[in-house]
Amino acid sequence: MRVEQVRQIVLQHGRLGVAADQVTPTSDLYAAGLSSLTTVNLMLALEDAFNVEFPDRLLSRKTFESVQSITEAIDELAGSET
Amino acid sequence: MCVGVDDPYERYRDELVAAGLLIPSGVAGVFGLGGAFEGVVEALERLITREGADLGAEVHRYPPIFNRAHYTAMDHVRNFPDLLGSVHSFTGKDAEHKELVRKLDAGEDWTSALTPAEVMLIPAACYPLYPTATGTLPAKGRVVDLRSFVFRHEPSPDPARMQIFRQREYVRLGSADEALAHRDEWIERGLAIHRSLGLAVEAVVANDPFFGRGGRLAKATQREQALKFELVVPICSAEKPTAITSCNYHRDYFGHAFDIRTPDGAPAHTACVGFGLERCTLALFKTHGFDLERWPHEVRQRLGLE
Repeated sequence: MRVEQVRQIVLQHGRLGVAADQVTPTSDLYAAGLSSLTTVNLMLALEDAFNVEFPDRLLSRKTFESVQSITEAIDELAGSET
Repeated sequence: MCVGVDDPYERYRDELVAAGLLIPSGVAGVFGLGGAFEGVVEALERLITREGADLGAEVHRYPPIFNRAHYTAMDHVRNFPDLLGSVHSFTGKDAEHKELVRKLDAGEDWTSALTPAEVMLIPAACYPLYPTATGTLPAKGRVVDLRSFVFRHEPSPDPARMQIFRQREYVRLGSADEALAHRDEWIERGLAIHRSLGLAVEAVVANDPFFGRGGRLAKATQREQALKFELVVPICSAEKPTAITSCNYHRDYFGHAFDIRTPDGAPAHTACVGFGLERCTLALFKTHGFDLERWPHEVRQRLGLE
């Protein structure tokens, strides 16, 4: 499932300050410790994993605020899984 | 961009050179400093020392180079590859040396024969500190006073955008609350210090110059989180005032990177205030003129120049 795939990449690259089981699809990732520096690493990892390129209009905090919002952006760029 | 004799940056640079305050080196953004300029830098440092005396800071002085392994642990090469400075040296024997000199004499690229040394130039005065702070902080955290030359490869005609310049910093390592309080307090203290010197300084939310596409995202998130404030004042341009001091909250970035912990085991949060000493000095010369004798009495007194 893509949302779980995104969640795993977030856990791997986000350097969050909370335990993995506390990160749900709707958790606020910035509240969980995502920083401006780690967001970039996360973005690059997502681009590699899904073979997409985030356009400028999606390069904002809003896109990366939750696993859900990231998944929606990936769905838009790569096409929905379902 | 406006370039030529009417460029305000080039014009002011040329005035500073003519006055003997800056000594050009043939490389944009690299200058020798005249005695009057350096005298103001030293006076500013003494003032910053007096203003921060209540912090009881530990004083650390690091050279402007640091461990390459520490550098790579900091993500700087991901975020600011265009600004970095890497130190290289020659490690070959006679045969390689002969080839190096042949290339040099032939006007070929002799630098390709060099090998990266174990050090990088430091991009910020506080960077060498964090790798030394690994472990558990004392109950009330730490405050450290730092000053070093720092390097950023951004050649420019703007005399305030030097490639190598000095930062004087007070760094706080502790809890999130302690770090944030330090950052916020030094926005106010920094404004007060500069205003007491007659500088028309303002605090603005800012971002670091992150590189490339990822950098656009990093700049936006850094601003949205209001992590960095700059104290800005007009030097060459009223429309684009120059940052002379910055106040930064790093969250637990360095705490994570170098396993710095608070006594309860959480990653430490850090914050710093950094005074750009050459920029502060340029702002004073711009505001009060090149003749120190004619600076306002209160400013001279505050700087201990009389």
